[in-house]
Amino acid sequence: MSPTSAPALELSRIGKAFGAVIALTNGTLELHSGSIHALVGENGAGKSTLVKIIAGLYQRDSGDFLLEGESVDFTSTAQSKAAGIAVIYQEPTLFPDLSVTENIFMGRQPTRALGVIDRKAMRDEVVGLFTRLGVSIDPDRPTLGLSIADQQLIEIAKAISLDAKVLVMDEPTAALSGVEVERLFAVARSLRDEGRALLFISHRFDEVFDLCDTVTVMRDGAYIDTSPIAETNVDEIVRRMVGRDVTALFPKEDAVIGEDVLVVRGLNEPGVFHDIDFTVRSGEIVGLAGLVGAGRSEIARAIFGVDSYSSGSVTLNGKAIPKRNPTAAMAAGIALVPEDRRKQGLVLETTIAGNATLAIRNRLARFGLLFRSAENAAAREWASRLEVKAASLDVEAGTLSGGNQQKVVLAKWLATNPSLLIIDEPTRGIDVGTKAEVHRLLSQLAGEGLGILMISSELPEVLGMADRVLVVREGRITADIPRAEATAESVMHAATHDVEATR
Amino acid sequence: MTTLTPTSETLGQRVLHGLGGFAKARETGILLALVVVVVAATARNPGFVFSADGFRDLLLTPSILLLVAVGQAIVIITRNVDLSVGSTVGLTAYLTGRLFIDVPDIPVPLVFLAGILLGGFLGLVNGALVAFAKVPALVITLGTLYAYRGINVLWAGSDRINASDMPKEFLGLGTAQILYIPVLTLIAVFVLVVAGWYLRTQRGGRELYAIGSDPAAAHLYGLKVTQRVLTAFILCGALAGLAGVLFVARYGTVNSQVGSGYELTAVGAAVIGGVAIFGGSGTVWGAAIGAYLLFTINRALPILGVQDFWQRAVVGVLIISAIVLDRVLAVRSTRKLVEARDN
Repeated sequence: MSPTSAPALELSRIGKAFGAVIALTNGTLELHSGSIHALVGENGAGKSTLVKIIAGLYQRDSGDFLLEGESVDFTSTAQSKAAGIAVIYQEPTLFPDLSVTENIFMGRQPTRALGVIDRKAMRDEVVGLFTRLGVSIDPDRPTLGLSIADQQLIEIAKAISLDAKVLVMDEPTAALSGVEVERLFAVARSLRDEGRALLFISHRFDEVFDLCDTVTVMRDGAYIDTSPIAETNVDEIVRRMVGRDVTALFPKEDAVIGEDVLVVRGLNEPGVFHDIDFTVRSGEIVGLAGLVGAGRSEIARAIFGVDSYSSGSVTLNGKAIPKRNPTAAMAAGIALVPEDRRKQGLVLETTIAGNATLAIRNRLARFGLLFRSAENAAAREWASRLEVKAASLDVEAGTLSGGNQQKVVLAKWLATNPSLLIIDEPTRGIDVGTKAEVHRLLSQLAGEGLGILMISSELPEVLGMADRVLVVREGRITADIPRAEATAESVMHAATHDVEATR
Repeated sequence: MTTLTPTSETLGQRVLHGLGGFAKARETGILLALVVVVVAATARNPGFVFSADGFRDLLLTPSILLLVAVGQAIVIITRNVDLSVGSTVGLTAYLTGRLFIDVPDIPVPLVFLAGILLGGFLGLVNGALVAFAKVPALVITLGTLYAYRGINVLWAGSDRINASDMPKEFLGLGTAQILYIPVLTLIAVFVLVVAGWYLRTQRGGRELYAIGSDPAAAHLYGLKVTQRVLTAFILCGALAGLAGVLFVARYGTVNSQVGSGYELTAVGAAVIGGVAIFGGSGTVWGAAIGAYLLFTINRALPILGVQDFWQRAVVGVLIISAIVLDRVLAVRSTRKLVEARDN
């Protein structure tokens, strides 16, 4: 590090809001040439927004953005690229129909006379790049069908060929295996030694400590602290990431915990989740915590039968639930409130009544016909119990607020009289007041003997609501923490660390 | 997996490589089909090729559609479609006739220019609506298909412009030949070669493929998506405009219904020629061969003794088989690519 020269990239007090939602209040970051800088924070801390501002995909509302001491305003990704910033996104973005070589050079191909693309020069440079990276990908093949790891390597080759001064990697290792991560790190170190500035975003602390020299922590859209890696440790970073009072925000009422409702044994799906074993008892709220992409939603979808699994069993109240059959799962008494309620939970163009009775249509139908009166009667019962706030049951679901929409989705499933409720991110995008109402509802339902499996990325929610917290990390359950022992630190630790040293 | 030694290919290797590429190319199959049709029809009636009229028809008749199909292919490659090309052909054809009547002694090149400009303008309207209103091209151009035709009917009414209204030198273009090859065909092939060259060797051309392959990624790459899509529509309209002018030169008569149905034939030609309907792959060469195959089949089937009303069914079967073939090839190559990765 050379602290005397101007930082390669400097962001200070960046603010960014999307309508009423504030994504960043104080994005501050200083990258130096010849350094690998880690950026860590919980889901929703504002890391990705910051990256997109650096990339020119979003424009900042306030604050300063300096590149080598000069203020810059990027309005497109082409501009940031031209200024020497390369960004590798979490999901590789390649053109599947085009060759590997074309993907690396798209938009800035070397040309000869008459603007003719010099394919030979392009290919030769790719071969050179791949040799240097130790990659054996055919430069002439289309990128269709390449593994995520290979696609990631192409993104890196692209960044290097840009001769970028600043390289941003947004969770590049999420989809990589151990060997691939090692190779990526070797490349990253050699880039650092060439005097480039690297920003590395990761949830894996072992990688952060292995690779980076400086770490910046963000929380709730704001900068918290920057310190050299050598002067800090995992516990300190976790404390800064969580850093808020999380007790007694969401008090769950005590409920009588009864028999096993859901028993999951040895659920496996290669590449998605492994050896999933757990039970949910009646009256119990089991929290499924972990980082985004850890495989929590996938586990829920497999239990409900939306996705398949290769081995293992799911039983509900002692009865086996067949795989890949959501109808059977519903009939047996499982309800799934999905994460994306606008796309997967509701028919937005349909009325509240229509949505709330969607799961019991067959029961309501008389001679195969659905009568509005029967729908309304059935919907009214749950809508009033859940206190859905709307002018009438004929209001289109799409016009409701997030909280009321969630209640309609809940009404739909509760009408089926389930014995297990799987709820994915119950309060995402819901305002604070309604949040508490949803929590009270869940607590009340558990009190009535319903078993609840709650997936949540919000630590306070998990800690406040769950009787037990299961932590998922990279498709495996890495901890089963009872309510009394669950703390932000213990959950975060399990979500980001290998339980055993072996991979 | 292939080795990465950057050996410079010898000339022999390069020729072999080229031949291998030719044998594997998607266009080769469709070219073979065209050859089979021509050979079969000629065996039945040698006059199909070996007569002055037969040879001329073989080359001439599809030339106008070829231009429209090339434009259509460019638009489809960007994951859009232009259904209004038939109406554009109609409007520019009527404009051509009108100019000869209303502006006596107008130079022929000026008429060509006017047709191309009007076509380009109509394409610009399509492109602007698609690019800025963010409505799918299918819907926009279905709308302009009717709108442009409506303007045409309003303008022309029941009027018919005949050969006697137009100068001899212009109509002569429709039948003129250079070395036994019709001039119209030469114009079409020239346009084809330029379009093929642009799409293969220019940044702008490659970006059209990129945009069609993954529009979201194209945005992340910082490509000028709006500008490129707009250009594709303008090119497509301009080529349809040129086709409209040539239509008049070839047939010498214009009413308000010229070019009806061309849009679907052009899409059919592109799809049969291996242009993926969801963009990102295919060539204008394929679309051109597809255009020839469609017209040649129409002429060959009666000679082969196939009844008139089967002809459309045959075209339908061709389109469906082309799409099925595309799917099968795509599934096979995906599997191969995945296998190559796992090894």
